[in-house]
Amino acid sequence: MIIRRPADIASSQITPEHVYLNRRRFLKTAAAGAAGLAASPAALSALRGPDDQEVPARFRTMRSEIDEELNSYQDVTQFNNFYEFGTGKDDPYKNSGDFNPRPWTVSIGGEVAKPGDYHLEDLLASESMEDRVYRLRCVEAWSMVIPWYGFPLANLIRRVEPTGNANFVEFRTIVRPEEMPYQRTSVLNWPYVEGLRMDEAMHPLAFLATGVYGMDLPNQNGAPLRLVVPWKYGFKGVKSIVSIRFVERMPLNTWQRQNSMEYGFYANVNPEVDHPRWSQARERRLPGLFKNHPTLMFNGYADQVGQLYAGMDLNRWK
Amino acid sequence: MTQKRAILALKVTLWLGALAPGAWLVSGISRGWLGANPIEKLTHVTGMTALVLLLLTLTVTPVRRLTGWNPVIRLRRPLGLFAFFYVVVHFSIWFVFDMVFNVTWMLEDIAERKYITVGMAAFLTLIPLAITSTRGWIRRLGRKWAKLHQGVYIAAVLGVVHFYWLVKADTRLPLLLGACLMILLVSRAPRFSGRKKSADDREVEEVV
Repeated sequence: MIIRRPADIASSQITPEHVYLNRRRFLKTAAAGAAGLAASPAALSALRGPDDQEVPARFRTMRSEIDEELNSYQDVTQFNNFYEFGTGKDDPYKNSGDFNPRPWTVSIGGEVAKPGDYHLEDLLASESMEDRVYRLRCVEAWSMVIPWYGFPLANLIRRVEPTGNANFVEFRTIVRPEEMPYQRTSVLNWPYVEGLRMDEAMHPLAFLATGVYGMDLPNQNGAPLRLVVPWKYGFKGVKSIVSIRFVERMPLNTWQRQNSMEYGFYANVNPEVDHPRWSQARERRLPGLFKNHPTLMFNGYADQVGQLYAGMDLNRWK
Repeated sequence: MTQKRAILALKVTLWLGALAPGAWLVSGISRGWLGANPIEKLTHVTGMTALVLLLLTLTVTPVRRLTGWNPVIRLRRPLGLFAFFYVVVHFSIWFVFDMVFNVTWMLEDIAERKYITVGMAAFLTLIPLAITSTRGWIRRLGRKWAKLHQGVYIAAVLGVVHFYWLVKADTRLPLLLGACLMILLVSRAPRFSGRKKSADDREVEEVV
């Protein structure tokens, strides 16, 4: 069961933009001041975002559909893989202060009846936003439970009317080396590219998030718009999306391009197919310490998405 | 006298420097600022520290030859033992928290994941070196001691390969450490080191 809620977030609970921007500026200043004191606990606590007390009240009792606890706001926003801001898990939190996700335009093109450059506000205007609690399983064998805020990807896709030639959807992250320090390196091929098969993209679980914990996505989580595909490894969740294209051929996603021996296009969570670096049979459910949490087929969403892959050899289509 | 003081100062620096990453981690655990995945942090920092200390151990002899200042050799054993200490902690964290004390899982991982295979090989190579690092063992083994302790080169190479193979995309740091190791190894070639064969024996005596 998916937790479906009306948009019950009161406008008073949404951080006004000027406060939000001020916080960014404060963080930047604090970060500069903390240089050299990086290891000091005082400096680190000054760098903290809103703590758990500020999280809207409805999240206090929210749990996943199989009764799992949510990870804290800190866990979700200070432990990230977002290579544009660095390869360490705390790099995105520390290095994303210069990134400015407003205003934002998403270019939609390829095999669609209504291509165009859409302002994010216009894309969101007709959507009814909802909370979605999903497990996030990283290919590195750690996992979290996260309350995203956003709308089903299928809604957007229907609106732009893909043609019969649209077999896949390709997503791209923005390229802004001046604001994303690691885009000045060649650690990965920029822009970050991900993709879904059309039926995967239309699946009701595939989600576009604009927020987490009912608040705007922080930069380090992929502001202002990111993909969440809960039955796939986390790297499929492309962040800070500026381009959505409908294409005939399977896109070459970034990690497959980086290392096709280790990463494929589908990247479905599968405890039976090991990755060369990590056994995928178990995971570390953060903030837990032991890697003894059994990994579920399709990350626990097998009942909902299993039929998408009926007849496919999952050992081959990794 | 000044020489003794210089060595003492270096040794104090070495102890403080080598203990600092450990102290940082311990205080991080107790104050809870290692983040959402403290085990990953512990694993990375102990592994990195071990590798850097191992390379520093290999730096002692070239420094001694370049400067001609022999007492510096006394830093070699503590550096090597600190490196080994961090390797043991690194391995233990992995065995306890990642393998959850399960020997079958551990053997599977060693067999199936090449970066773990070489990491484990580096660890095993270092064990006899750590055991035979005492004065008694140096005396007992005589010339064989120097031969045995050449195993440190193998361990260092395996350690760097372990690091290189485990990173997902950003290979800059492992490659940098690899380049450092290459320089340290090349500096030992007879052409560069400009030493005679009997130097090994002298080194053994100086350590004692």
